[in-house]
Amino acid sequence: MAQHEDMQEIKKRRDAVLSALVDGVPYHRFLGIGFDRRGDELTGVLNFEQKLIGNPFLPAIHGGVTAAFLEVTSIITLSWNYLWQDMEAGAIDLGALEAGTLPRLPKTIDFTVDYLRSGRPRDAYARAEVIRSGRRYASVRVEAWQDHRDKLFAQATGHFLMPPPVTEAKAGKPG
Amino acid sequence: MVDKAKLARQFIEAIPHAKALGMTLDEIGEGEAVISLPYAPHIVGDPESGVIHGGAVSAVMDTCCGAAVMSHPSAPGGTATIDLRIDYMRAATPGQKIVTRATCYHITRSVAFVRATACDEDTDRPVATAAGSFTVETW
Repeated sequence: MAQHEDMQEIKKRRDAVLSALVDGVPYHRFLGIGFDRRGDELTGVLNFEQKLIGNPFLPAIHGGVTAAFLEVTSIITLSWNYLWQDMEAGAIDLGALEAGTLPRLPKTIDFTVDYLRSGRPRDAYARAEVIRSGRRYASVRVEAWQDHRDKLFAQATGHFLMPPPVTEAKAGKPG
Repeated sequence: MVDKAKLARQFIEAIPHAKALGMTLDEIGEGEAVISLPYAPHIVGDPESGVIHGGAVSAVMDTCCGAAVMSHPSAPGGTATIDLRIDYMRAATPGQKIVTRATCYHITRSVAFVRATACDEDTDRPVATAAGSFTVETW
């Protein structure tokens, strides 16, 4: 019984951290991006809306929307991995997070998108893989699909500047 | 003779996502395009500082590069992005609009090569640069 309650607490904490990271950013809400979570695995979900269209004649999702969706999925996945240990150790202030104080997030250095086929006017999904995450730099690969998981419509790779470790940032910031 | 500039302008203005972001086509012609993105609360990526999200910069870069391709005298019609790389030099200053300028510097029967720069009001220090290849399509 106690173990069951623990699991609920863990889930609640993970979902609260993820929700703060995702829903706390206006641009994510504008694009209609959400995330599905299974344990530590995240899948980005781009909920289709007419305003995401880039070519009304085909019609197809705007290339910039695809790029943004892949970039958001990369940053959230990277942040999630980076925060995981502190989150599991209960070292993240959930109250502050829910009040809108986001932890410092990785910054994009460069991002290269491969457009494999046009994005159809329907929901899209993306999963990012952190290839390497060092103290200062990280390299991420991300792929996106629509109806079929193995039929990608875009993929991307990017480099990111990592924020200073949580403990270091705390020590460096008075108050 | 088809007026490429007029065609490109109509095309850009018919794009729902360009409209949703409030993009405006400021200049177009001969493989060059200038498109701006006004600052707006819904494109903010860092709520604390008010800095816009890199993804919004990607969207305007992609649109501007596509417009540059379509305006090229050798382009028969439409285009689609094959690949686009964006380098982010610095955070855009909150409250300022982003102005992107793209140049289609080479075009073949099937591929167009494009470079672009995005600046805020401090035009000496670009916010981002882009390089990409685009398809060359007939209508």
